[in-house]
Amino acid sequence: MSRAPMPYDPKVLELFRNPKNLGRMDDATVSATAGSPLCGDMITVYIKLDERGVIERAMFESYGCAANIAAASIMTEMIRSRSLRDAWSISWKEISEQLGGLPAVKFHCGVLAVGALRRAIRAYYKGGDKPDWLPEELSFEEKQALDEENFAEVMSRRIRLVQEKNSLQEK
Amino acid sequence: MHQRFSSFKYHGLIPLTESYLEKVKALLQAHGKPEKEVYLDLENSAPIAPDVLEAMLPYFTDLAYGNPTLTHKPGWEAYEVLMSARDEMANLLGAKSYEINFTPGESEANNLALIGYAIANKKRGKRIVVSEIEHLSIINAISLLESAGFEVAKAPVDDQGFVKLGELQNLINRETVLLSVGVVNHEIGTVQPIKEICKLAKDLNPQIAVHTDASDAVGKLSISLENLGADLVTVSSYKLLGPRGIGALCVREGLEVSRIVEGQLGTQRLWPGVENVPGVVGFARAIEIYVANLETYSSSLRSMRDLLLEGILNNVDETLLNGPSGTLRGADNVNISFMGCEGEALTVELSLHGVYVSSGSACTRRLLQPSYVLLAIGRGYEEAHGSILMKVNRLQTREDIEHVLDVVPKAVSRIRRIGGFGGDG
Repeated sequence: MSRAPMPYDPKVLELFRNPKNLGRMDDATVSATAGSPLCGDMITVYIKLDERGVIERAMFESYGCAANIAAASIMTEMIRSRSLRDAWSISWKEISEQLGGLPAVKFHCGVLAVGALRRAIRAYYKGGDKPDWLPEELSFEEKQALDEENFAEVMSRRIRLVQEKNSLQEK
Repeated sequence: MHQRFSSFKYHGLIPLTESYLEKVKALLQAHGKPEKEVYLDLENSAPIAPDVLEAMLPYFTDLAYGNPTLTHKPGWEAYEVLMSARDEMANLLGAKSYEINFTPGESEANNLALIGYAIANKKRGKRIVVSEIEHLSIINAISLLESAGFEVAKAPVDDQGFVKLGELQNLINRETVLLSVGVVNHEIGTVQPIKEICKLAKDLNPQIAVHTDASDAVGKLSISLENLGADLVTVSSYKLLGPRGIGALCVREGLEVSRIVEGQLGTQRLWPGVENVPGVVGFARAIEIYVANLETYSSSLRSMRDLLLEGILNNVDETLLNGPSGTLRGADNVNISFMGCEGEALTVELSLHGVYVSSGSACTRRLLQPSYVLLAIGRGYEEAHGSILMKVNRLQTREDIEHVLDVVPKAVSRIRRIGGFGGDG
């Protein structure tokens, strides 16, 4: 458990100061969340599609560090005017590059942003006709988001159990 | 002893590569200089107070720049300055001059205490007990000892960080050679009943040595090392606005301690290398200023601490104080969890408004685990991710604290809004 230098690119600071597309979207076509407050990282992505199925607007909410906020913000910019198929192809590495290269310990912020986006795209097709390009299996970013959520949940539950055990012993 | 030290493949100054340096330069330019700045990250580093720096300046260029073990005038000058400063420190701390060993900092002093004592006394026993909320320089040192065949145990604490004496009692046995519990916890400010802990340990095992990290206690609590009951005591310099790069381990006469760094020995029997004369002068001066004015400063620190603490708890919703309050809390320590607010984002937001603090959030750490100290007192992950640590110092004023109280609610509100957690502050 040690600290790492956080040499954020000024782009991260700029987007932290003035995030683009921040907030809840009440008329979203679809939305999804990745991460949780337990992980210390959570991104919700809201997408509004036009009649052609192209992303007209995207918005986000981010409970997380400066890099998390910047990653979610830049992603909502990157996917605007794209089809869902095009948006699906965005990777966490592209997000990192757009932010001037995230520090290694912050790669997961890009991963979580893409994880939330891909969950939203999957949610859009849930129960309907699934396009050929949408893989059955979870992508790397979706799996990572799931792993992070599960890990935080398990650790948190373990700590709660220890605390309960300790308080029972005291009684 | 079979030692298995933690190792890594060395790639130069990764991650401080050239491109990172360029980024940090650009980042600083983008950040700009806030109109008013209040530095509250005394846990991690600190500026030198001007009155301390003044005492040090002649020893960088004009005086006592020789090696104190060598036979020439600058060397004898260095010896005189070093030993006078040590005598003065000993008087102020209630220790004997020869008990004070200078080290390059608090982490090194803690490592010397734990590893140096364990190695020197391994024939008497190989069990070491520490509280689970000790400084990382102790927690990591015992991990290293454990990998080298020592048996280590961590004593649990209650929800305010006080060591559970009943459980501590069960952990100490005849094999236990060393116990380490800090006087004031570095993160949540818990003031341990250290005299009682020393007595308990020695009643159970008269052969045990007790180490205590007094880095957050000296100058802020009325303590005399002589009466504390501990055998090894760590003292910090920068936490008293002294220089960085210097610390001390006080070792009771007669104790066996091994060196953990080898080299040319000088006046310090437990730490080789050329003595840091300006550092020692500044360290002694920093202690003198705090200890000579203990009543005034500790009362003013407490008053600023409570102004800050109550100002936040009363004006920002969904907040939790971590650690005890009143006289059982370190005079300078404020640690608060802001629910729905990720700590690293809050440190950046506060920095943009000239308030410098640290967080127990996972995001400020290399491994994505929040503060082990906060988890140990029963805080959940979310509470630990949203924690902020602040420490006030003697050069700060009520105006500084009022500035912080003006900035914090707005910053918390903005970060909560970004996360979709409202933002009424």
